[in-house]
Amino acid sequence: MIGRVRVRVVVNGVRHEREVEPRLLLSDFIRHELGLTGTHVGCEHGVCGACTVQLDGEPIRSCLMFAAQADGAAIATVEGLAPAPGELAPLQAAFREAHGLQCGYCTPGILMTLDAFLKAHPHPDEADIRAALSGNLCRCTGYQHIVAAVLLATRRNA
Amino acid sequence: MKPAPFDYVVAESVEHALAAKRRYGDEARFLAGGQSLVPAMNFRLAQPAVLIDLNRIPGLGDVRRENDVLAIGALARHRTLEHDPNVARHAPALAEAATYVAHPQIRNRGTLGGNLAQADPASELPAAAVALDASLHVRSAGSERQIAARDFFTGVFATALEPDEMLVRIDVPALPPRTGTAFMEIARRRGDYAIVGIAAVVTVDDARRCVRVRAVLCGAGNSPVCLAAPERVLAGHRGSEAGFAEAAALAGREIDPPANVHATADYRRHLAGVLVRRALALAVSRAEGGDPGGWRGRPAGRITT
Amino acid sequence: MTTRFFGAPVRRNEDERLLAGRGQFVDDIRLPGMLHAAFVRSPYAHARLAGIDPSRARAHPGVAAVYTATDLGEYWRPGPLIVPPPPVAGSVFNERTQVPLVKDKARHVGEPVAMVVAESRYLAEDAAALVAVEWDPLPVAAALEQAARPDAPRVHDDVPGNVAAHVRQQKGDYAAAANRAHRIIRRRYRYDHGASMPMETRGVVADWDSAAARLSVWDTTQAPIAIRNGLAEMLGLSERQVRVVAPFIGGGFGPKIMLFYPDEVLVPWAAMRLGRPVKWIEDRAEHFFSTSHEREQIHDAEIAVDAEGRILGVRDVFLHDTGAYDPYGLTVPLNSQCTLLGPYHVPAYDSTFTAVFTNKTLVTPYRGAGRQHGVFVIERLLDAAAHDLGLDRAEIRRRNFIPPNAFPYHNEIIYQDFEPLSYDSGDYAPMLDKALDLVGYGRFVTEEQPALRAQGRHVGIGVVCYVEGTGIGPYEGAKVQVQTSGKVSVLTGIGTQGQGHFTAFAQVVADQLGVEIADVEVITGDTDQFYWGAGTFASRGAVVAGNAVHGAAAAVRAKALATAAKHFECAPEDLVIEDGKVSVAGVPDHAIRLGALAALANPMRGAVAPGTEPGLEAVSYFGPESGATAAGVHAMIVEVDPESMQIEIRKYVVVHDCGTMINPLIVEGQVLGGVAQGIGNAFYEKLAFDDQGQLLNATLADYLLPTALEVPHVELAHTVTPSPLNPLGIKGVGEAGAIPGGPLFAQAIEDALGLPARGIHLDEIPLSPCRVWELAATNAGTE
Repeated sequence: MIGRVRVRVVVNGVRHEREVEPRLLLSDFIRHELGLTGTHVGCEHGVCGACTVQLDGEPIRSCLMFAAQADGAAIATVEGLAPAPGELAPLQAAFREAHGLQCGYCTPGILMTLDAFLKAHPHPDEADIRAALSGNLCRCTGYQHIVAAVLLATRRNA
Repeated sequence: MKPAPFDYVVAESVEHALAAKRRYGDEARFLAGGQSLVPAMNFRLAQPAVLIDLNRIPGLGDVRRENDVLAIGALARHRTLEHDPNVARHAPALAEAATYVAHPQIRNRGTLGGNLAQADPASELPAAAVALDASLHVRSAGSERQIAARDFFTGVFATALEPDEMLVRIDVPALPPRTGTAFMEIARRRGDYAIVGIAAVVTVDDARRCVRVRAVLCGAGNSPVCLAAPERVLAGHRGSEAGFAEAAALAGREIDPPANVHATADYRRHLAGVLVRRALALAVSRAEGGDPGGWRGRPAGRITT
Repeated sequence: MTTRFFGAPVRRNEDERLLAGRGQFVDDIRLPGMLHAAFVRSPYAHARLAGIDPSRARAHPGVAAVYTATDLGEYWRPGPLIVPPPPVAGSVFNERTQVPLVKDKARHVGEPVAMVVAESRYLAEDAAALVAVEWDPLPVAAALEQAARPDAPRVHDDVPGNVAAHVRQQKGDYAAAANRAHRIIRRRYRYDHGASMPMETRGVVADWDSAAARLSVWDTTQAPIAIRNGLAEMLGLSERQVRVVAPFIGGGFGPKIMLFYPDEVLVPWAAMRLGRPVKWIEDRAEHFFSTSHEREQIHDAEIAVDAEGRILGVRDVFLHDTGAYDPYGLTVPLNSQCTLLGPYHVPAYDSTFTAVFTNKTLVTPYRGAGRQHGVFVIERLLDAAAHDLGLDRAEIRRRNFIPPNAFPYHNEIIYQDFEPLSYDSGDYAPMLDKALDLVGYGRFVTEEQPALRAQGRHVGIGVVCYVEGTGIGPYEGAKVQVQTSGKVSVLTGIGTQGQGHFTAFAQVVADQLGVEIADVEVITGDTDQFYWGAGTFASRGAVVAGNAVHGAAAAVRAKALATAAKHFECAPEDLVIEDGKVSVAGVPDHAIRLGALAALANPMRGAVAPGTEPGLEAVSYFGPESGATAAGVHAMIVEVDPESMQIEIRKYVVVHDCGTMINPLIVEGQVLGGVAQGIGNAFYEKLAFDDQGQLLNATLADYLLPTALEVPHVELAHTVTPSPLNPLGIKGVGEAGAIPGGPLFAQAIEDALGLPARGIHLDEIPLSPCRVWELAATNAGTE
């Protein structure tokens, strides 16, 4: 029987090693073990998307994974998006420009979803963007300014 | 909501996983994608004492064409079903059904095997597997067997799996020539479980008469419902609006749909008819057009949700 | 003074932190030695507590304590009445407020009966499962009408018929109006609002520093000052010993200004007893039960109209579900009662409501706060009258608008601020015209719709109007200070849940003091910094706090000019303030930085003239004499699949009037967010209770929030009728978008399916494809 489990992960390019209970959720590991509180928890049933991070480049629900499963993985969270302290990545800057966030709670999950999506689809139209967003709930914005932010970001990249 | 404590075994091979399952019996559950199991554990509706993690078993998610069979490893992610060209070609109903499963973040982790073993009556992939006459390869520590998909789903969250068995592979036989498939559903929001969904597979002869018609519903009973009326009505005839409508009308009588907060039984029965008509029409047109999955005409790199 | 920022779509100060994941929310607070709480909750909607044994839980490793009602001793008492009943003669009000932990019986599913405190939330939940509770289930008063019957099971043993309140308000003479009427139309309406479901659930962290004898509390509350004052009183501390901080909050929408939830009262108490910080974060499963809802009203309403469709009077009798307790008084049904009058001239009105206790989670305001229900009734009545008289839907509304020369317009009845309902300003016909124009009403009705119908498609249009009382008192305050660095700080009490206060208030100050937005630091939601004010609710932040900020900034500006005038030995009128400097007009070399002026104004030696106040700082309070009335028109074109009854919104238009706008981008964001919640309320969100008071869809998988695929692109336009009630002319906007979705959907779907011609009316919300199918497809209908 295994008691605690060793987890070695690289998060935003930084190596971490911890020993954790198998049941520790990846979301709690990121937030409380590693102190990276930018990733938020909204439901713990895999629906709201606030906890979305990238695992080996793919957006996943960190509340539906145990930290133990992430041993050996590379994880990207919102804290790793900005190129340097005090600067914002183009997607983040576009969100600010277009008022794509209000309370900011769902925003990190949306950024991590969109970051991966835009790498695969650099020139989406509005319908594509809304489909890509459909797995992230926002209760404040009504999504319109988020869509505007993405269009702004992709226009700037073009 | 935090899960109850459990011990954790990382399986290195199928044999290792099966040995662990035999050892711990009912106390142990397999962990594949976790997209159904982990929420249940977070709610403490499931409290396994041991989790056997299958995710590191090499090759368990491979998709291979062997002779006339598409062999899909149980650990194949929904995302793979959605994008793999072999699946698109040889099991298009599965590829199409996968696009309705939740959202991309879920599809990156969720697996075909896990989804089938979960046997949620509203789930899309079981219906598609039944409609494609898939055969499920199942192993235990001491044996292995094939179970036809239509025999695999025995009730709400219930399958023919024995306590010490694991689903390892899903074999989809080659589609006969002049076959068209269609998967569609009605849901409250895109990505939700189906209120009612349907997987249709129709094969026509060279005179465009239907020779084989499979129409399987999800959300219409305790497990996927393989309808008899569509084949009875259409076999030997060319597809027609009148035929589709008749099949639809009769289909309603074959089912005893459940009711829940999203839909009454009567509405589900009504939707079943609507979907039978629409899916048969689409499958027939794809069969007649030589484009089984309807992929032709879609813009390249079209983003599916 | 030049206005550079006020009225401009300035980008938000707070965004950089939030986008980088550095916004601090309550669950991000980490304190050394922190313990974690979890609650044991009633699985029954109504059950007597027969026994409770926490011993196994207490013995569980990692558990610091398990508390039951008995353990609280004197501390156990029902919560305070936060909002008293309105001063309406003849009213009945039975105050029954929530308790910290169940002592005699549980009155709704999820009511807490024990609190477990342990080293981690995981362990606390393990231990919670070990608390043995014995319940004796009781008959349940679940459905509203059933609970209102005299023989219904009593939620409170001493309140027969579950009557929480009974209020009748009248204006004019309805009976006379009915006598003169050309037509009277009577209908029964059911309007079921839902749960706010912010993305961040609630949470409390409390830390008792026994050496300093200070309690610090972080709370996801919309009213930190009220929490501080209440906790100090309950815990026997001085207000100055208690600091409550509302940090970044992930959406409020109303239920976070319900105060003194059991957890808010218990977590600080436990922290003091245990001598270690305690954190409780509500999980989503609990949130469905332990944070307030809005829910159902059933209206039996009638409208008396003349032959031209002009309203002679309205009579309405309704039931309101208030849940198991009523600490928030009658704000919600009162809003329904008042907002029903809308932008229309209603000469006679007779409205009666009975608020009913039920064995469900308590009901307190959620964005719209009961206005939705009233708007649904009047808009549907007008649609019914229009259909009856053969009038166009827009025309009947136009005929009934209060004309622009009739303001202030007095509706006489008592509003949620306990003042007679009075509309300050408004001009409704141009809003309707603009909405009709934007949605292409004329062309749609005469050309597009008939053409589409000929193709067998089912498209319909809806147009609805509403007013919204906003910006009510009592008051808010603000303190503005220029620091010697030249940066300006703004302190207020109201907190923030995402509506941009950090920026909007900075805009007000930046213009007054000639500084950049980035140089204005807004500090809000910390009772150590500012501790006067009521909180953010009822669309009042910009109006009330915004005007207080304006007043304080203006006072600081005057002080700066006076100080500079002394310094330059000239008159204040000879000076200009811009770019962070005060200079003599026309002599740019004669300039002094604001920061330097602040230092000058705070000498550390020497004598000062009597009456001098140090520094460049001022406090100002603003309390409006009554609320400011915002208004809006929503129009929507929808297509319905006649087989599945699924919908697609083809066009959604909002014309909105919130008076002067501080930041149009923020205003837009508020309206758009509200529209999304309105769409959810109208067609997706329903709290489905069974007859045992069990919530059948207590997960986000089954309580359906709209996603980016359900909310369409919305076209927005504004008209502006400034409010004469505050110096900035502002009206509130926070709730606007959420208010008229219900009648809009009902009207448009009816139109798409041609239901009125078949004698079928959609008189309930929420709708869904299944419900529309039940009402429309199976009903042959007669006319």
